[in-house]
Amino acid sequence: MVELDTIPPFFADKQELVGEILGRYPEVGKRSAVMPLLWEVQRAERYISEARINEIAEILDLHATEVKGVMSFYSEYHGEPVGKYHLQVCSTLSCSLAGSDQLYDYLVEKLGIVNGETDEEGRFSIQKVECLGSCGTGPVLQVNDVYYERVSRSRCDSLLEALKKDEMPEAWRERGGDNEGETKAGFLRNPVSNGGAGEGEG
Amino acid sequence: MSDVTGSSQDLADTRPITSRRDPRYEVVMYRHVGVEGAHTLDYYRSHGGYEAARKALTEMSPSQVIDEVKASKLRGRGGAGFPTGVKWSFMPPVDGRQRLLVVNADESEPGSFKDRYIMEDDPHQLIEGMIIGCHAIQATKGMVYIRGEYVKGYERLLGAVREARQAGILGKDVLGSDIEVDITVHRGAGAYICGEETALMNSLEGLRGNPRLKPPFPAQAGVYGLPTTINNVTTMTSVVHIITRGADWFASMGTEDSKGTKLYQISGPVERPGVYELPMGATFRELIYDLAGGPREPAKGFFPGGSSTPPLPWKDEYLDLTMTYDAMAKAGSMLGTGGVIVIPKEKDIVSAMYNVVRFYAHESCGKCTPCREGIATWLPKMYQKLLAGLGTREDLTLMEDMVRNTRGTAFCPLADACAMPVQASFKWFRDEYEYIVDNGRPMYTKSDWWQA
Repeated sequence: MVELDTIPPFFADKQELVGEILGRYPEVGKRSAVMPLLWEVQRAERYISEARINEIAEILDLHATEVKGVMSFYSEYHGEPVGKYHLQVCSTLSCSLAGSDQLYDYLVEKLGIVNGETDEEGRFSIQKVECLGSCGTGPVLQVNDVYYERVSRSRCDSLLEALKKDEMPEAWRERGGDNEGETKAGFLRNPVSNGGAGEGEG
Repeated sequence: MSDVTGSSQDLADTRPITSRRDPRYEVVMYRHVGVEGAHTLDYYRSHGGYEAARKALTEMSPSQVIDEVKASKLRGRGGAGFPTGVKWSFMPPVDGRQRLLVVNADESEPGSFKDRYIMEDDPHQLIEGMIIGCHAIQATKGMVYIRGEYVKGYERLLGAVREARQAGILGKDVLGSDIEVDITVHRGAGAYICGEETALMNSLEGLRGNPRLKPPFPAQAGVYGLPTTINNVTTMTSVVHIITRGADWFASMGTEDSKGTKLYQISGPVERPGVYELPMGATFRELIYDLAGGPREPAKGFFPGGSSTPPLPWKDEYLDLTMTYDAMAKAGSMLGTGGVIVIPKEKDIVSAMYNVVRFYAHESCGKCTPCREGIATWLPKMYQKLLAGLGTREDLTLMEDMVRNTRGTAFCPLADACAMPVQASFKWFRDEYEYIVDNGRPMYTKSDWWQA
């Protein structure tokens, strides 16, 4: 493999980390480390190259095809580089009912790339993804590892502006229902009345 | 803030609690979710945390814990509703092999988002439930399989495990007992199918997440072939409160077949979407109107428990059903995860169902033919044809045939999870399917749902 000769190995100076990962699983379960090792590579390099697949295979006494077989099964591992800001738009029903289809169209219009593409600068890439478990606070946009919830048109604009300046805002962790917290949800005060109770979402 | 727990006139009332209006009802699992700092060990302990685990480990034998959970009639909260205590008793006798408790935190069913907030805001509650569960099945190792996208939850859970180890709550001699429990948190990487327990086991072992044949069941040959019990996140957190307050307390809520307190979720166009904790036996109306403030626009139907549960029409007789396993089965649907999705009138059903079908098509693992060819290939194509205005009445018949013939033929439940809601949509909303093939355009054309 040409790549192996041209880039320095990833795990060579990370024996402690590798040992810690292997130690999470029983001895019979060495192979379980394949997913966490793939995650380590992707976190550092934003995608997983053939060279890294070979390295992981060697660590775990597997064939490279076995590692690649695992990697290709899961939608979050990338075999090609993605943008510095990887925009993942949830497109499943609840988010769609909150406008995620229009959010996606808007991103396409603003950034000039479509699902699966990365812009020339390598700054943005877009991926349409399925349910992110944020159904009550849609539409949700996951940028790299961070959730931005209730992304309205104006909030989308401000998010893109910030990212263009390499400022990644804190997660927008939106609340609703009982996850407002004890006091705000007021459920110790028997909150149920015949409609009109409580206040709308801020 | 008034005290609703101890008023004396309620003590005589032995009727089951089936509404949040009942003054005897108390939110327990979501009490601390959303509170700043609730994810820390300090906070958790200062609110009575780990006392249930201490009680279970120092005062109760494993079989006493199992009996208590059996008596509570807790049913698994992941969707299938299997009695938890019974599942635990399926573990084979101790024979020196490693035994495992696996928590399914792969929450991916559209409309479900209850586990996420527990792991982000109250991870110690999950760990405490796992310690009790490990004791009950005599396992020394717990593993959490958390979906890859829940990075915040993953980090919070890792932090909580670290805190617990340092405080002697995990490791050897847990909480001063002679019992050993440790927990590994394993992160998935984006695959709905890994919420199916046999696929989850494969994924945990470092394989592709294809389902396995059952039997053998996990208790006989689970992860690494070892005796394994797999439970949902909120099954574990329910156990904490069953041990604290007793099986009788839990069983004092709900109906004959559905006991206890449960987390429901509501999404779609309602005033206050979110997760709400209610006693079982409460109605959809209480969740949708009283708690969530009702629909923001006219509605025509709802998914009762996630997108794989057959949708029901927006009629009084369905809104007044109790959110219980039994009532849902009688209505031809399922309780699922308790994730209610409200379908507004203006959302064309063909487009809504295409969204659902596309989800299952994307998430089909490709292992078996009915699912790969039927659900993942032909069904979305048929929907695309209808939505392009090219469908015919014969296509509708073909689609109905297809989903009927897919039912029960696939290797795992994923194909049925798609086929059943499609069948129900034909049952309740056939007029919209007929309209689109007869007119070449949908009955409802609203397409912009985004807020400015």
